[in-house]
This record gives sequence, C-alpha cells and structure tokens, in this order.
Amino acid sequence: MIGLLVGAPLLGAAVLLVGGRYLERVGHWVATALAAVSLVLAATLFFDMLGRDGEDRALHQHLFSWIPVADFQADVAFRLDQLSMTFVLLITSVGTLIHLYSIGYMEHDPRRRRFFAYLNLFLAAMLLLVLADNYLLLYVGWEGVGLASFLLIGFWQHKPSAATAAKKAFVVNRVGDVGLAIAVMLMFTTFGSFAFEPVLAGANETSEGTLTAIGLMLLLAACGKSAQVPLQSWLGDAMEGPTPVSALIHAATMVTAGVYLITRSGAIFNGAPDAQTVVIVVGAVTLLFGAIVGCAKDDIKKALAGSTMSQIGYMMLATGLGPVGYVFAIMHLVTHGFFKAGLFLGAGSVMHGMNDEVDMRRYGGLRKYMPITFVTFGLAYLAIIGFPYLSGYFSKDEIIYAGFSKGGAEGWLLGGVMLLGAALTAYYMTRIMLLTFFGEKRWQPDAQGHEPHPHESPLSMTIPMMVLAVGSVGAGFFFDQGETFVHWLEPVTGLGHGDSPVSHGMVALAATGVMLLGVAGAWWQYGRRPVEAVAPSGRWITRAARRDLLQDDFNHAVLVRPGNYLTRGLVYLDHKLVDGVVNGTAASFGGLSGRLRRVQNGFARTYAVSMFGGAAVLVAATLLMRAV
Amino acid sequence: MSFPLLTATALTPAVGAVVTAAVPAARRTAAKWLALLFSLATVVLAAAVLLRFDTGEGADRFQLTESRAWIADFGVRYELGVDGIGVAMIALTALLIPFLIGAGWNDADPPSSPANGQEGPKDDEAPATRRWRPTQGFFALILMVEAMVILSFAATDIFLFYIFFEAMLIPMYFLIGGFGDRAGEQDSEEGQARQRSYAAVKFLLYNLVGGLVMLAAVIGLYVATADQLPEGTFSLQAILDARAAGELDFGTGTERWLFLGFFVAFAIKAPLWPLHTWLPNAMGESTAPVAVLITAVVDKVGTFAMLRFCLGLFPEASDWATPVVITLALVSIIYGALLALGQRDMKRLIAYASISHFGFIVLGIFAMTSQGQGGATLYMINHGVATAALMLVAGFLIARRGSRLISDYGGVQKTAPVLAGTFLIGGLATLSLPGLGPFVSEFLVLVGTFSRYKAAGIVACAGIVLAALYVLILYQRTMTGPLKPGLEKLPDLKVRELTVVVPLIALLIFLGVYPKPLTDIVDPAVEHTLSDVQKTDPEPETPAVEAAP
Amino acid sequence: MSPENYLYLSALLFTLGAAGVLLRRNAIVVFMCVELMLNAANLALVTFSRMHGNLDGQILAFFVMVVAAAEVVVGLAIIVTVYRSRHSASVDDASLMKL
Repeated sequence: MIGLLVGAPLLGAAVLLVGGRYLERVGHWVATALAAVSLVLAATLFFDMLGRDGEDRALHQHLFSWIPVADFQADVAFRLDQLSMTFVLLITSVGTLIHLYSIGYMEHDPRRRRFFAYLNLFLAAMLLLVLADNYLLLYVGWEGVGLASFLLIGFWQHKPSAATAAKKAFVVNRVGDVGLAIAVMLMFTTFGSFAFEPVLAGANETSEGTLTAIGLMLLLAACGKSAQVPLQSWLGDAMEGPTPVSALIHAATMVTAGVYLITRSGAIFNGAPDAQTVVIVVGAVTLLFGAIVGCAKDDIKKALAGSTMSQIGYMMLATGLGPVGYVFAIMHLVTHGFFKAGLFLGAGSVMHGMNDEVDMRRYGGLRKYMPITFVTFGLAYLAIIGFPYLSGYFSKDEIIYAGFSKGGAEGWLLGGVMLLGAALTAYYMTRIMLLTFFGEKRWQPDAQGHEPHPHESPLSMTIPMMVLAVGSVGAGFFFDQGETFVHWLEPVTGLGHGDSPVSHGMVALAATGVMLLGVAGAWWQYGRRPVEAVAPSGRWITRAARRDLLQDDFNHAVLVRPGNYLTRGLVYLDHKLVDGVVNGTAASFGGLSGRLRRVQNGFARTYAVSMFGGAAVLVAATLLMRAV
Repeated sequence: MSFPLLTATALTPAVGAVVTAAVPAARRTAAKWLALLFSLATVVLAAAVLLRFDTGEGADRFQLTESRAWIADFGVRYELGVDGIGVAMIALTALLIPFLIGAGWNDADPPSSPANGQEGPKDDEAPATRRWRPTQGFFALILMVEAMVILSFAATDIFLFYIFFEAMLIPMYFLIGGFGDRAGEQDSEEGQARQRSYAAVKFLLYNLVGGLVMLAAVIGLYVATADQLPEGTFSLQAILDARAAGELDFGTGTERWLFLGFFVAFAIKAPLWPLHTWLPNAMGESTAPVAVLITAVVDKVGTFAMLRFCLGLFPEASDWATPVVITLALVSIIYGALLALGQRDMKRLIAYASISHFGFIVLGIFAMTSQGQGGATLYMINHGVATAALMLVAGFLIARRGSRLISDYGGVQKTAPVLAGTFLIGGLATLSLPGLGPFVSEFLVLVGTFSRYKAAGIVACAGIVLAALYVLILYQRTMTGPLKPGLEKLPDLKVRELTVVVPLIALLIFLGVYPKPLTDIVDPAVEHTLSDVQKTDPEPETPAVEAAP
Repeated sequence: MSPENYLYLSALLFTLGAAGVLLRRNAIVVFMCVELMLNAANLALVTFSRMHGNLDGQILAFFVMVVAAAEVVVGLAIIVTVYRSRHSASVDDASLMKL
C-alpha cells in the first residue's frame, strides 16, 4: 500500500518517458490521474491512521533487502507515521493540483508529455524521501528530487540561462548531498546502522561530539536542499523553470525537505546543542537574507523565491529551537505550502496572460483583467503576511513565540529578528501586490510588436488556485483549533514548552503591528504615486539586494574562478609534467638508440673486428678467471 | 573431471576470432554476424558459469576449477578457477562484448561507405572495398581481447595469469592503432594516423614496462617458493595454503619488493595517478567501442588483480603500502575529476572521469573493509556498464558530426531528444545518481573507506561534487542551448543503436534498485580476501541497538 | 708426435683466416678465409677428440662441416647476387644492407 503510493507516479514517469510519441495526446491526463491515485491512496491511509491511537499510528513496510554487505544492511523499507503522513498529504494534494494547473499552463508546449513525466518523477522521488525508513533510502529520494528539479528547471533547454540554472541547482545541491552522505557514513560507523529507529534510539547514548558532527552534516544537506545560507544561491536562478515547477518544487515541497530532515532527526539535534545553535543562526540569517532580496527584485518569481527562502528560514529557525519548535516548523511548512503554491500559481497565471513577462514594473492594474487570479493571489497574500486569523498568522506567530521562549537575550534577539522578518515580509508582499494588481497599466509591446492582452486563465488553472486559496485561508485556523496539529504530530516530534517572557497575545499583537508597518511602508513607496516602468538605480543596499546580496559574485570570485585556473593549470601540468616525464623517458631512450645505431654502419669487416674483439675479451676473461 | 566450463567460456571467443578473421573479404556482413553470434554464445556460457557458481554457506572459495600440468619443470600449471569476484567480472566481460560489437557495427567499414549510422555498403562495390579486410580484423581482435580477459579473470596460476595479462596487449595495440573514429582534432588523415599510432605505442610501451616489472616479481615469487617449499609453484591456491600452514614466509623485505612489482603493473593497467597518461590518449584516439573495451574491460584486470594477487599473496606488504596507495587513490579521484573538467574533447573527458573512478575502486580495495572491497567489486561492474552507456552514446554522436570537440556541439537535445536522453542517463550513472548502479558501489566504497579512514572518506566525497560538475557541464554544453550550426539535420538514434543502449540502461537501473543478487555472489569472496589480509571490519562506536527485524 | 702440434697448426690456420677476413676486401677471399677458420676449428676438434679418447669432438666436427657446406651454398649465392647488381665483389661496397 505504501509502496503503491510511490509506485503510481513512478510508473507514470516510466510510461510517459518510454511510451514516446504514442502518448503525446493523453500523457498529461495519465500523469494527472496517477498523481490523483496517490492522493486517494494517501487519503485512505490517512483515515485509516486516524482510526488508530497516537502511538500505534506508525506503519512499517519492508519491501526488499537493497544493499546487504556484511554489517551494512540497507533495505527498501517505508515508514508512515504522522510526520510522513503530513508530508504525503501535502505533496499529493498540492502535487495533484499543480498537475491539473499544468495541463492548461503547458498547453502549447510541444514537449508537454515530458514535462508531466518529470513532474511524476518528482512526486515519486519526493514521496520516497518522506516515506523512507532509513537515511540511505531517504538519500535516494533526496537526490531523486534533485534530479527532477534539474530536469524541470532546465525544461526549456534551448534557453542557455535555463540550462545553466539547472546545472547550478544540481551542483549546489550536490554539495549539500555530500553532507547527507557523510552523515549516513557517520551513523554507520557510530551506530552500525542508518535506519531511523536504531539511530534515533541510540542517539542518547552517544557522545555529544559525534552527534554534533552528524547534526552539522545533516544541516549542510538541509542547507543545500532548502536553499539556506550559504548554499542559497541556486533558488533564485531556479525560477527559470516553468512556473508550476516553481510552485510545486521550489516553494511547496522540495525546498522544505531540509526542514523535514532536521525534524526527523530531532533526537540527534536534541543531543547536540551546538548543532542546534548553528541551525538557528542559519535560519535567522536566511530569514533576513531572503526577505531583503525579496524586497528588491523586480522579477515577480524571483521576489517570491526570496520570500520562499525567508519563510524556510523561519522553519529552520524553529527546528533549531528543538521540541519547542518542531511542530510549528511543520505547521508553517504546511500552511506555507498552500499559500506559496497559490502565490506562484497566481504569478504563473499573470505571466500566462502577459506573454511570459516577469518584470513587475511592466504589470500594473491587472486586477481588472484577472479577477480570479487577483482574489486568490490576494488571499494567499493576506495569509503569508500573517493577516489575523488566516493561516500564516497562526503558524508564524507560534514560531515567533517559540523564539522568544528560548529565553534571555537570545530569546529577545531571535524574536526581534523574526519580527523584523515579518515586517519585511509584509513589505515585499505588499510591493508585489501593488506593482502587479494596482496602479496604472505599464506594459508595452515586446520586441516583435505584440502587445500583451491580459486575460483570465482557463478553468484548469484557476480551480487549483481557488483550492489553494481556500487552504491558505483556512488551514491555520483548522490546525490551531483545539491544537489539532500539535496533538497530531506530538508522538513523533515531541513537544516542549519554553518559558517565554512575553505572552501569546503580546506576540500576536506585535506581529500584527509590524505587519501593518510593513504594508504601510510598501504603500508609501509604491501605492501613493505611480511606479516607474524602469527601475531606478537605487541605493547601494537595493543594488546589492538586486544582485542577491552579491552571492554569485562571491561564489564566482571564491570558487568558480580559482577552480577554473586550477583546472586549466592542471591540464597544462598533466600534459607537460606528468606526461612530460613519460615522454621524456621515451625520448631519452630514442636518443640513446640513435647513437647506438651508428655502430651498425653496414661494413661487414667492422662487424668482424667487433666479433674478434669480443671473442678476444671473452677468452682473456676466461683465462683471467682461471688464473685467479 | 567435469566439463571444463571456464575453458569453454574463454575458448568460444577465441575460436570466434579465428573464424571471423577467416571470413573472405567480400563477406563483411557475414563476419559481423559471426562475431556477434560467438559473443552471444560466450554470454550463454558465462551465464552457465554464473548459475553453476555456488554461493551457499561453506561453498569452496574457488569453484569450477580445472588443473592440468603444463610446464612441469617450472611448476607452471594450467589452473583455472573462479571466486565470486571472478565470476562477476567474467559475467561483465561476456555481457559487454555483444554491445560493443553492436555499437561498432560500422566502425571498421571501408572509408568510402556512407557515414555511420546507416546500413553498411553492399558487398559488391569498388575493387578497393571488395578487398577490404579490416572489418574482419576489427571484430576478430575484439573477440581475442575478450578471450584473453576472461582467461586472466579465471587463471589461478600466477604465471598463467601473467601470460594472458600480457597477451591481451597485442590485440589491443592493433585495435587502438588501426581503427580510429575519423574525428580527431587533427584534420588531415595523416595527422590522425600519427596521433593514433602515438596513442597505440604509448599504450603498449606503458603496459609492457609494467608487465616487465611484474615478470621480475613473478620470477622472484617462484624463487621464493622454490626456496621454502619442496618444489616451486605458481599456484595461488598452493601458496595461500602453504602460507596458512606456516610453511611459507617471504620475509618482510622480499614481500615488499614482490608486492611493488605486482602493484606497479596493476597500477599502470588500472591506471592510477601518476601512471595514467596513456589512458586519455588511447581512449581519445580509438573508436568508442574500443575505448569502452579499454576502460570497462581491460583495465578492470588491473584492479581485479590488485584484489586477488596483491592482497592475497602479500598481505603484510599490502598493509604496509596502504597509506601510500590510499593517497594515490585520493589524488586520482580529485585529479581525474579536475582534469575532466578542463577537457575540450568529449572522449578524453570520459577517460579522465574513468581515472577518477578507478581511484574510487582502488580506494575501496585498500580500505580493507567488506563494504570497501565489496563496493570496489561492484564498482568495477557498474563502472563498466555506465561508461559503456555514456561512451557509446558519445560515440554515436561523434560519428554523426565527425568531431570530438565539445565546442562543436550544442542544442542536440532539440534534434535528437532520445540521443540526448540516453546521454543524460549515462552521465547521471557516471555521477552516481541513486537508483542507478554506480551509486550503490560508490556509496559502499565511501562507507567502507570512511569506517576505517575518516579523512580519506571525506576527501573522496569531493569527487562526488566534481563528478556532478563535469557531467552536467558536458551535458549542458553539448545538449542544451541554441542549436549549433551543422547540427540541424542530426538524426536521432537508429534501431541498432537503441538496441545497444537500452539494455545497458535497463541493466544500470536494475543494478541500482536490486543489487542483491550481485552482492550475494561477491560477498563470500570478499570475506575470503579479508581473511587473507587478516582484517576485520571496524566495530561501531556505540554498541549497536538491535534493529527491529 | 705430440697431438699438441696439431693444435698449434690449428691456431696458426685460424689466425691466418681471421686476418684474411679482417684485411681483405674481396668477398670471395673473405669467404675462403672464413672456411679456413672453420677448418682450423675442425682440426682442433679432431685433435681434442684424439687427446681425450672419445668421439665427441669428431661428431662436433661433422656438424661444423655440414654447417659450412650450407653456408657455402647460401653465401656464394649472396655474393653472386651482389656482384651482379653492383659489379663488384668488395665487401665494403655492400654496406647498405640491401641490394
């Protein structure tokens, strides 16, 4: 049953890729149907799970022994507990919606069948990631989603920028993957196993140093996948992919895998406070980093990407707080999955109507042309900025509260950072809203002279947006009602209660306050007066933020360029030095034989002399030996 | 004595080589089919070997043994036998050859024939083509190499092994020097021929030097056994038994010298840094199937022999040399990957990637853990299949455009999506993506290394990232982006080419998802090897919590 | 008469032959000198056979004679061929190792 969950989309991917041209017409429906099959299965399993009590809810399924070599026993085995169930529901539901959306969005693409094959592949890999019962199988899913992400970012391969972005995403992710690989190896040498149960159970009895090492390696992996500082640089470029991809992979599901990993490995992090501190720092830095970048970008998708980074920073930070934060990190993850997917789909809908224009300064006043998009986008917008009683309000406030409860100066610092982040969130989201849907129209004919004719998208696109909007609005309230979500996850993640210097109410009030401040700030800048269609050069901070706070310049200067010099130097050295020694040896032998060749001059009598000479020497030597 | 299955497996391609070579010049196509037939017969026999091999508890280490007196005066015997590692390697060799023959179907056709990818010319053409014999030679030589390689995997007599180890150089020399892909950096026909013969001579000299050193060590080994045992012997089993019984002790100094003699030969063959420079030349200049033959089959004899002879015969010296060997392996991994990044020629890029991978194999062997050595054995097989997939597709591409330069390609994905897709899968296998075979082996090698040498394991991980870089850069430059001029009419893969590539890909997936059959065969052999060197796996730090069954 | 005298004679003949091979240019003469050396060796062999009282030396001498005969056949043929193409029988003229 659990295997089928992964199997259905995997089958879809295989059939669509192998089936070739014959499936061109129906491919997208096959893929969507199989995604829906997964969703139905997931729902069945979910209700089945609800029928059992808290502790018995986890399901195990052992499929087959994968790599058995002496003590190294890797199995293909699944584990479905409340944590995985949450993810499975999120992945299959958002996944199915986005499949549906893509039918409309990719309608005119000649390679639509492949697109759906890759989407299915992604679903399979992502489900494998969250369902795996051991870290090695998780690693398979981990790299699998990386592959799907690579394929989908680079889907429009004819664009060099897309191909480059795809490669960059994969390589940066690989750096993170190495962290996961090393973590698995450390687990094996420490516990003799890397299945969840023995590792997490054994974590109590291991030295803190080892746990810290494992934790840091897991964090490295999480940074890669979840685009956290310092491995954040790929996410912005990943927006080269088709918008449904950005919504599914780079907003709702894959990028949150890092949060899943850390939550899943809670037992390890709980035993390694140093590693937790690093998680918190990474989360906090990314939170601000993403928010600042999001404030400056004019590309609607890149602005949203910055926002994604920032929101995942919140989740990261929450997981770093330990049991106090795990539940709320996941809760924010789910609500974020809804509203961010909604926002991306909205952005896609806008681009769809605007000839794929992404520059927000060339939008403006679109609410008249795209009412459904406007409403759904607007609801998701209200959810993300934490408008009271929408879903972001509940999940984010809980994280901020958890941050305060860290206690002491640290608590205040974390709380402060997160409140600042909340203000920035409100600012950049309002900016996006204002630039896109309000004000005067600012679009112009493109190079071929086609003027965009903004129009509402077809139903297959708007329905998913509406569903997601409902989720954005209601999920938080539903989760918070009677602490449903907390009770649901508690058996897996545990729950801690911190000692907060401020009350819940105070936090909610402060968060709402800074939110209003952010909205007001954005209105002050973009709402009061018409926006320029060409971005002003701005101050140094704006310019830096537009260049992603110089992340690429940094990577380029520190890694890429020296790397290029190194490779070029090595190629030269390999040719001249290593091969040179070999060729030199060969040449010296050649020279020597050239000299020796002269002895063979062809005169028979010369040979005869050397023969006689040799014979004489031999005879002399023999006689001499006798004499001695 | 039962049916000599191993001899039959090795003789089939040898007979095939003779028969193929004897086909009249005008019947080129018949020669191709004959060669394919014989290689398929070898597959069947190799499958029989695989089935007859007993993996159960308490099974003999060497099975299917054959033993006949040969040069009685020097104790040389015709002794064959396989352990799990040998079985796996023979299976790989036998399996790959039909694909290579299929891939190289038109590689040795007369130059006047139309570009590759189309059916060969009819047999009744111009007189020059009618007398064209290299086609027969090409396939006969491939089969000859196969026979030699299988025999060296099966030989348990050290002298016998040495003979086959050297003998395979001769057909390889002609394959490299005689058949190019007519797509070198040098434009003129003559320049290409010069490059080719340079590569072939370099290959031959390098390996002969290694063989010479090894010959000295082989003789030394005989002298040492003759000194201490009733009579000198080359038999691996006899030496192992004698050592286990305490009758044979080389002494520290001698053992180290002998170890070095063997190791240098194998390190050249395998190629390990800094003895690698022949490989890029040889792989770059030869046709794609021959390049695969070099790296996927012939070179494996080197790593295989390290595992069987270096460790088995000289355990203490192996232990003594481990730090140096591991360092060399790590250098190979990183160095090969970095150089692959800097290449402009597709085939040389793959060659350098192979050097990096051979570093992993050697690393696994000398980590002296069951994961490391089991992983190394799996690595040999997976690398063989993965490189075959990548290199053959690259060969198809090169044959279409007539250039090996990466910069001559771009946007191929648009005109030949299936080719691009298979190329990507081959590349992903090369970068060890989970789900494909190489991942299993690479991870096992890393874990095996890490559990004994943490630092080495971590350094080797850098190879993972670099592999992603060089593969994806290659893919990006050749397959994506705007279409380069001259590629507009590039045809996609033909049926023949698909039949070659698709099974390889299926095999890669199978080995990645369900490698258990393979590990079951390899594991007992690895345990034996480990007990030869008297090593056990390191224990986990924290006493393992009993995992739920 | 002491058999040693035969050995002295043999040595003298050998030296004469060797000197001839080294000093003369005419191929025919060189060839005859080679024969002289071979026969000197034969003489020595037969003498040794006599001195030691067994037949080994004589048997060896027969072998030498057979080889010498074979050599004459091949050698003369070569010399004649060289002479035809170069109109000279000087060994120094034929220094290219080809015709």
